[in-house]
Order: sequence, then structure tokens, then C-alpha cells
Amino acid sequence: MYELAVIGGGPAGLAAAFSAYQNGLKKIVIVERDRELGGILNQCIHNGFGLHRFKEELSGPEYAHRYIEMLNDTSVEVKLDTMVIEITPDKKIYTTNPSGYEMIEAESIVLAMGCRERTRGAISIPGTRPSGVFTAGAAQRYLNMEGLMAGSRVVILGSGDIGLIMARRMTLEGAKVLACVELMPYSGGLNRNIVQCLHDYNIPLYLSHTVTEIRGTKRLEGITVAKVDENRRPIPGTEMNFECDTLLLSVGLIPENELTRAAGIDMDARTNGSRVYENMETSIGGVFACGNAVHVHDLVDYVSDESARAGAAAAEYVKGVRHKSDCALFENGYAVTYTVPQKLHKDTKAEKIDLFFRVNKVFGKSRIIVSSGDKEIAGFKRQFMVPGEMQHIILPVDKLREFDSIKISAEGEEK
Amino acid sequence: MTELTCIVCPVGCRLKVDEENGYAVKGNTCKRGEVYGKNELQNPTRVLTTTVAIEGGTHGRCPVRTNGAIPKSKIFEAMDVLKKLRLTAPVRCGEVVLKNILGTGIDVIATRDM
Ligand code: SF4
Repeated sequence: MYELAVIGGGPAGLAAAFSAYQNGLKKIVIVERDRELGGILNQCIHNGFGLHRFKEELSGPEYAHRYIEMLNDTSVEVKLDTMVIEITPDKKIYTTNPSGYEMIEAESIVLAMGCRERTRGAISIPGTRPSGVFTAGAAQRYLNMEGLMAGSRVVILGSGDIGLIMARRMTLEGAKVLACVELMPYSGGLNRNIVQCLHDYNIPLYLSHTVTEIRGTKRLEGITVAKVDENRRPIPGTEMNFECDTLLLSVGLIPENELTRAAGIDMDARTNGSRVYENMETSIGGVFACGNAVHVHDLVDYVSDESARAGAAAAEYVKGVRHKSDCALFENGYAVTYTVPQKLHKDTKAEKIDLFFRVNKVFGKSRIIVSSGDKEIAGFKRQFMVPGEMQHIILPVDKLREFDSIKISAEGEEK
Repeated sequence: MTELTCIVCPVGCRLKVDEENGYAVKGNTCKRGEVYGKNELQNPTRVLTTTVAIEGGTHGRCPVRTNGAIPKSKIFEAMDVLKKLRLTAPVRCGEVVLKNILGTGIDVIATRDM
């Protein structure tokens, strides 16, 4: 019997396991389906990781390496090549690995399965079905880990960070990246990536455009791109043709939660992750969730912080700390897509809580308002807010405890 | 006056650099933004991250990066040099795999154990 089983050995799982160990747990196991720890970081060979966490600019594999080294000096066990197929509310974990079927029992569980890429099917592009259409992350794995190029003339649909990073990466490796096409009027990626991945290599970014046709029988031969109106409908007469053998999709990430749903844990339809309390506990006591399995983050540093909180909370749970059911709910107000956490245990010992959310509009000078009914609890100024960048505020618990429902909204100059 | 987005950290401050005024930088939140703004218009540099071939490793490619920024104009030349490099496992994270690339004074290091 383990005190804690962590599902997933990517950045979230590594940080959760390490934090649980630091908080006194000794019997911890990380269950990872790949043959090595590190998760997505292993293929994110670009730099920009760790500025908050380590005050250094590291590449993805280096960031993973730091955590793997930290875990090497602990009693944390790792089961690689092991796929979890079911988790039950009484904390039994059914797994398969090359030597067979195994059941693991634990007093607490941290769900750290990360996320998956949205695929072509999920956004249904019209046209034929040739080879040459990849998700950006799949092409990234082929290139950075196997040394295989997805193609030589490339268009990227979606301006999420992975797509931008792959535009630069494929260019450096000798491919011609013709364009990056984004449906929305703003990019989904960080500004620094637009500059250093697109502008540096003169790759045009077409905002408010989408792919309207895919051509080719065996291999992709070309695509049509058109401008879209305010309702995201293609505008006839604006079509452009690109001859390309590769289309990379960087059209969003979806938290991976088959196990969570099957265990009957409450989900949030906005995040596609589980609904969590301030300590990252799900609707099942002793089962916690963190990282991209809860909501998709922009920065791994924040994944580590959040996961460390989940690990610490799992340690408290194992030591017998239980919360009363009395809780406050966070609600999405104007221009707010979701909040994490969604719930607050009113009897938490924490003095402050971290609250993350995204806006669904582009704001210039603006304010984040935390309120209940018509009472304003707190306000935060921002110079700008964009949907691509996660917002983070820190709230004092004492000011929140008296309310059952707390609304987070944004107001200001809309662009 | 040139407007730039600072790429040093994910905040992405919008900078204004005044070429006629000793490359004075405005709009930066921290000192690193000022350094970036000044350099970007005079001698732009970038950290290069890529992979090199490796024999006997868990994967066929080992991730590497320059351990400092190199001139932007030398990025493709540096890629050509690294394309020819062949490593043999084991390699340690942080180990120098190529010294002083293109005479820049900057080394190339492995970014994982393999
Ligand atoms: S000026 Fe400083 S805070 Fe702003 S983006 Fe540059 S490094 Fe980051």
C-alpha cells in the first residue's frame, strides 16, 4: 500500500511527488506510461523554461532533468512503461505493463495526466484525407526525438505556442514554412514566440483566417486559406492557395481525463478538467489533480507550483487532515472563461490562495474584479490582458470566507 | 524610434527604443529588457536550441543548446556545423559537446542525460 500514487511522470507528476516527499510522505509511486520520465518536456527542446522556478532560462529537457535529479535522492518509486487503465473512488489503480496486469493501492492519488492535442477531426476541415497533416506536437516529437522531418513545405494552422515553436524549428532544419494561419483576430501564443519564431524568420501570420480546403490524394499537395468574418465564417473571394506537403495543426490542447471521468469525479465543462478546491482536491476526498490535466497552462513553472500544492495537500490528507464540506464557489463573471480553483474549503488553513483564470477578450488598461453580490472584495490593475496569457491573482482567504459565491470578472478598455 | 516586443521573458513588454538618443529604452519592466532593446537594434543575438545525432542513446537525437546567445546572423551557419556533429552515449546534461562554435566564444551543451 502506497501513501500516494501519482498518475503521470511529466512536469506536474514530478513536482507533486517531490513536494509530497518534502512534506513527509515516504511511500510514493509515480506511474508513467512512457519509457522515461519528463513527459512533454522531453520534446520541448527550446528554451524559456524555469525563469520563475529556477531563475534561469532552461530548455524543456533540462527542466525535467532538474526534477528527476531532485527525485533521485528520495524514496519515490517510479513505474515506467505502465499504463493506468482504471482508477476507482476507493483508490485502487489498475495498470498494465509489459509484465502484465497489476493493481496498486494508495491512500491518496494525484492525477497528473497532462493534456492532448486537438486533432483535425475535432475541428473538421473540409477536403481530402492525404498524409501530411499532423498535429504540431506529433511533428515535434518526430523531429526532436526521432530525427524525422514531417515535410519540407509547411503551413501551420493555429498560432498556439507549439505551432509557433515548430515554425522556427522546421525552418532551422531546412523546411520552408509558408505561413501561420489563425482563426481568431489575435494569436493564441505568447508574444515573445511570435517575435522569435515568426518575425525572426519572416514567416507571415494571417489572423482571422482559416484553412478551407485540403487537397491531395496520397500526400498533401496544397491547401486553401480564406479570411473569416466576425462570426468566423470564411469570406468568399478572399481565398489564397498554398502549395505545401505538410499542414501542422496547433489548434488547442484538451486536458486528458478519461480516468477522471470514469472514476466519477466532477468535471468542469469549461476547462475539460476536474473541478478542484484551492488545495487541488477533486470531488473525491484524497484524490487531487494538477497541471494540464486540470487546465492548460502557458508556463511549466506554474504547473510545477500548482502541482507542488497538490502534493503537499496529498501529504496532509495522508496525515489525517480532513476538510468540512462547507465551501465557497468561484463563478465566471464578465469576459472570464474559467477559474481554477473552482471551489474554496472555508476551513482551509491557508492564508492566501492562488487563483488562475483566462479572459476571452483582448483588454488594454483594465481591472480584474473579485466580488460577491454587489460587494467588491478585491481589485487588480492590468496593463493588458489577452486570452493567450493565463491570469494569476493571489487572494487573502480571510476576505473570502464569509461568502458562498465569489465572482471573478474583467472590465476595461476592450480591443 | 523603434517599437519592439521584449522576448527575454514571457511577460513580453512592449519596448520603444530611441536610436537617435543613445538607444534609450522605454516600456521595459526590468533591466534585462533594457539590455535586450539596446542589443536588438545593434547586434541582435539568440540562444540556439536544436538536436544532434547520437549513437547508443535512448533516442537517435540528443537535445543541445548554445550556453549563451550567438549573433542572429550566424544561426543558420551554426545549424550547418551542428548537423555534422555525431555524439556517442553516454552524454551528461550540461556537458559541452562543441566548444566555441564559429568562434563566438559560446559553447554548445547537451540538455539531457542520454
Ligand atoms: S522587460 Fe523584463 S519583464 Fe519585460 S519582457 Fe523583458 S525581461 Fe520580461
